[in-house]
Amino acid sequence: MSVHTDGAVTLYGLMAEFETPGELVAAARRTREAGFKKYDAYTPYPIHELDAAMDLHDNRISLFTLIGGLLGCAGGFGLASWVSAVAWPLNVGGRPLISVPMFIPVTFECTILLGGLTAAIGMLLLNGLPTPYHPVFNVERFVNASRSKFFICIESDDPKFDREMTASFLESLGAEEVAEVAA
Amino acid sequence: MQPVELPDKIHVGPVIDPGHSLASVSDKVAGIVLKRKITLGWVFGLLISFAVLQNLMAGATWLLIKGVGVWGINIPIGWGFAIINFVWWIGIGHAGTLISAILLLLNQSWRNAINRFAEAMTLFAVMCAGMFPVLHTGRPWLAYWLLPIPNTMAMWPQFRSPLLWDVFAVSTYLTISAVFWFVGLIPDLATLRDSAKSPVSRKIYGMLAMGWRNSARHWQRYEKASLLLAGLATPLVVSVHTVVSFDFAVSIIPGWHTTIFPPYFVAGAIYSGFAMVLTLMIPVRRFYGLDDIITLRHLNNMAKVTLATALIVAYGYTMEAFFGYFSADTYERFMIWNRMTGPYAIFYWCLILCNIITPQFLWSKKIRTSPGILWIISIIVNIGMWLERFVIVVTSLHRDFLPSSWGYYAPTIWDWAVYTGTLGLFMTLIFLFVRVLPMITIFELRMLLPSASVKEPVAQ
Repeated sequence: MSVHTDGAVTLYGLMAEFETPGELVAAARRTREAGFKKYDAYTPYPIHELDAAMDLHDNRISLFTLIGGLLGCAGGFGLASWVSAVAWPLNVGGRPLISVPMFIPVTFECTILLGGLTAAIGMLLLNGLPTPYHPVFNVERFVNASRSKFFICIESDDPKFDREMTASFLESLGAEEVAEVAA
Repeated sequence: MQPVELPDKIHVGPVIDPGHSLASVSDKVAGIVLKRKITLGWVFGLLISFAVLQNLMAGATWLLIKGVGVWGINIPIGWGFAIINFVWWIGIGHAGTLISAILLLLNQSWRNAINRFAEAMTLFAVMCAGMFPVLHTGRPWLAYWLLPIPNTMAMWPQFRSPLLWDVFAVSTYLTISAVFWFVGLIPDLATLRDSAKSPVSRKIYGMLAMGWRNSARHWQRYEKASLLLAGLATPLVVSVHTVVSFDFAVSIIPGWHTTIFPPYFVAGAIYSGFAMVLTLMIPVRRFYGLDDIITLRHLNNMAKVTLATALIVAYGYTMEAFFGYFSADTYERFMIWNRMTGPYAIFYWCLILCNIITPQFLWSKKIRTSPGILWIISIIVNIGMWLERFVIVVTSLHRDFLPSSWGYYAPTIWDWAVYTGTLGLFMTLIFLFVRVLPMITIFELRMLLPSASVKEPVAQ
């Protein structure tokens, strides 16, 4: 195990590679316990155990989706009512202009539409996607993050970051390889 | 809660071949898109599909020149092939959403190997379906009248009409299906970006992947959004076919005005959709050598769902007949009797044969695990479900209340041109899809592997 220096001027962070998901989860937990804040794990598929290990609990998407759904619900019902009672009122034998049961299907579909769109767009925005450039891709072996390997990257703007200390910390976690990430 | 361990004999083989690893599944599925040479069979299939697609162009062009009179529709049968095919295609689409959303919520991980393909099928089927109501208007350039858009005529759509509900239901369905599908594609597009050798494909997949970098913080939000989308798509898929059935059930035509229509339509939709998934997956799995990923277990499970929905549909047919008799209503009784013995009786009995008798073979495990026979059964079910819509639409309309207004419907060559044309469109899209996008969700496939489960090393 050795630290590769590729002569980068600025450093985004240090990246450690792991072979199995079990090693990664253990390493991620120890990274958090060591007090690091600015770090991330990269895995080829979602690993639910990481949420506990890294203490991830971002629930904002659920809230956004609820708000989007409620807006769609109100919007759908409001649209149907406004069109039927204000913009184009049709008096059919004195029946109510706002015929609630008949407006339910449109209200329901609008709820789903806005809720679903908010969930998808909210996910992209909170994840900061699209990201045209990201330093992690500067590590050659990182292409395997979308194939078969597991990575942890501790970022250089973490207050506890120190090039040598952090590198040896990552090696002590059992990393196969530790690489510097050019910014 | 502990998952219940079922005895081995219930399952037919593993969900994924035990020889696979994280790297091998990624390379195999991505390789179909990135490495595999274009084969003569694929070119041939695409060309045939594309040629058949020209029927749609010819049919639609002639329709727009002459008007809907070129179709076989008349008064009283104003809803011919257009509505039959619309309902048929929408129904086919439903299996994709069921597999991707409902089976996700139910934690059925075997779905991971087939959901991408089934969702693509949903999208393409809904595209074909959407063609029909728009063409049926005869003046598609006025189709925007269906939408609540402020206009100089100061006119607005009628929100009490099931046909307007259809517009909202189908367009929401198409939008949410496309969004769900694309969200599911993002991590796989990143895999293609990272494995692609050619700079052009790396650029294209890179742009589509939007810089996805497999970060754990992203995955956490991603999984949440997927669950939310699945939770929203589940009632949506049920609502779409319910609304489609309202087109019939809200009217007062004998044979249509029944409360059983929504559940019976939804079951029929899932039935025809699973049949179509089988029709497409069995050849794909063979030609692309995917037997180790889409295993006999998958075919067996899909066949079971097909059988279960066939039984629900059979219950629906029985109840329709019973309601006709039990209502003691002259018109309802006449309708069901006319359906069984009238000019379209042959269609009714073929439908019973295709949809109720044929799927009974699926009780046998041997048949459920023989791809060839299963494929033939799935084709028969597709035909049967098309006949069902034909029988529902035509037999109810051609003999309604007044004998003086009775009529007869027969499709013309232009009806067939548009219908076969959409089949060509559907197959063309499927052929293109299997070449340019991963037809199996790679990242979910990885989750099925035994090596993907977390076994933390013991701390020293």
